Amino acid sequence: MSDTVVHDRRRPEGIRAGASWRGTLATVQGLLLRDLRVLRREFGAFLARTIAQPLLFVFVFAYVFPRIGQEIGGGAGAGGGGGAGGGFATVLVPGLVAVAMVFQGITAVALPLSQEFGATREIEDRVLAPVRVEVVALAKVLFGAAQSLLAGLVVLPLVLFVSAGQVVLRLDRPLLLVVVAVLAALLAGALGLALGTRVDPRQIGLMFSLVVLPLTFLGAVYYPWAALAAVRWLQIVVLLNPLVYVSEGLRAALTPTVTTMPVPVVLGALTAAVGILLWAGVHGFVRRTIA
Amino acid sequence: MASTTAPASPRYVTDTAAAVRLQGVVKTFPGSPPVTALAGIDLEVRPGELFGLLGPNGAGKSTTVGICTTGIRPTAGDVEVQGIDVVRAPARVKRHLGVVTQDNTLDRSLTLWENLYHHVRYFGIGARTARRRADDLLERFRLADRADAFPRQISGGMAQRLQIARAVSHQPSVLFLDEPTAGLDPQSRLLLWDLVRDLLADGLTIVLTTHQLEEAERLCDRVAIIDHGEVLVCDRPEVLQREHGSGMVVEVRLRQAVPDDALARIRGHQDVDAVDRIDGGLRVRAADRDGLVGLLVADLADAGLTDLSVSHSTLEGAFIALTGRDLRE
Repeated sequence: MSDTVVHDRRRPEGIRAGASWRGTLATVQGLLLRDLRVLRREFGAFLARTIAQPLLFVFVFAYVFPRIGQEIGGGAGAGGGGGAGGGFATVLVPGLVAVAMVFQGITAVALPLSQEFGATREIEDRVLAPVRVEVVALAKVLFGAAQSLLAGLVVLPLVLFVSAGQVVLRLDRPLLLVVVAVLAALLAGALGLALGTRVDPRQIGLMFSLVVLPLTFLGAVYYPWAALAAVRWLQIVVLLNPLVYVSEGLRAALTPTVTTMPVPVVLGALTAAVGILLWAGVHGFVRRTIA
Repeated sequence: MASTTAPASPRYVTDTAAAVRLQGVVKTFPGSPPVTALAGIDLEVRPGELFGLLGPNGAGKSTTVGICTTGIRPTAGDVEVQGIDVVRAPARVKRHLGVVTQDNTLDRSLTLWENLYHHVRYFGIGARTARRRADDLLERFRLADRADAFPRQISGGMAQRLQIARAVSHQPSVLFLDEPTAGLDPQSRLLLWDLVRDLLADGLTIVLTTHQLEEAERLCDRVAIIDHGEVLVCDRPEVLQREHGSGMVVEVRLRQAVPDDALARIRGHQDVDAVDRIDGGLRVRAADRDGLVGLLVADLADAGLTDLSVSHSTLEGAFIALTGRDLRE
């Protein structure tokens, strides 16, 4: 019996050790393929949840309001913040892209993870993939980031189109746009991981009221951060909100006519936020998977 | 299923002295007070055997499995699977592990076929091989006609079979089954054991925890009885029976307290090993002898006998003798 044993998979120890990074990449690819299949299957839902909110916002605020004489932001918005050009639509568009991107981290990573950890323990199969569990967590962030980028790419042209030429868009800093977009996407994925590993599936509603809404309303989405100078304490408090840096970063890259925070500050804060959230997310993931 | 003609080449290869080895494994869960789940476990599972972990609830079975499968970090001690240190090289060990937990952890977003296909891909195996394995395993585990169903649409027995198919789809060396038949109907249970036997014939090492002592006795090459985080005994079922067991365990339920003279009479019968008072009745361990049950009924007729159950599980006798507890309690 023993000489019929086939050592088909048992590669020698040395080769395996040398190729372990390649094995890790293959596993990450496998994990991403799974997520991609699920996304493809639910692509209609992805589109709907991605575009519904920004579409509604831009339609009401940038299309309907000006026509019914309710224009916001004429004085208090961009102008009040000291920005030279662009009306409310110009302020709003990068903000909505920022929300769409960060929001995606929550819907694409936090919601499924919360389910998979809580009710069904589905995550256990992926945790048994032949890599450290930290790699499984990072693969989740990576896919969340990809979905976040996709959301940004879908939402930007859409809101530009709906706001019908009122936006002063200048793509003269493409490198900055890429850097901000990538950092924003990673931030979204990491935020999703940090929330998804901590929030009980029964508390999802609470998470939306206590985390998502405050992040959005106090995230320099509908107004530039500089405009908050009028409420100084709030201007300082919102610096804790990572969405502020995504909105400001996208403004600096897309609508330079609006005054923003200094770019190095934005990039530094985004990097720090990604680092902190990644640490918190991976830590939470390990805590939930290894006792 | 298993080929009978050509010498089948085993799919599962175990090539070290011990498939699983635990030495002095301690696990204390933090808290106030801290809970010691394992107080020092030594075990060795041999390649190709079906090894049963038995014990009452809370004895430490699942913790032991959790430690072997990288989900729980031991507080102290050494754990190896296929000679690989589980704590130091979890990623490498996972290639050798197939794990079926008590919960249904199937991926609800994927079809049955996709559950297998993607699991195989997690192990870095190419698309073509993964597709073939998914097809073959669905066939082998009698799930082919439900390939496109989702996990929420299938029965518990099917879900359990798919979980086992998934756990072996990357061709591990050791398969861990935690209470694999819990909650299954008898028919699903029989089919499951058939499939488990096929996997053993392929050379896979299987470690299982179970409450089903009769199944364990019939199927396992060796069993370990665990209680209070320690291994009480570990040997072949027939050896445990010879050294610790009784041939038969009779449990009776009574409406009244047992009169002392009846108790003495029962204890005096030939071949009766022990008589214990249990909640609402008695438990008698004895050699498996014709007529003894009839004597017991006669002895207890006046005490309001309401129920009587006889187990011929030799392991059950050993289990009660060792732990002082019934596994089903």
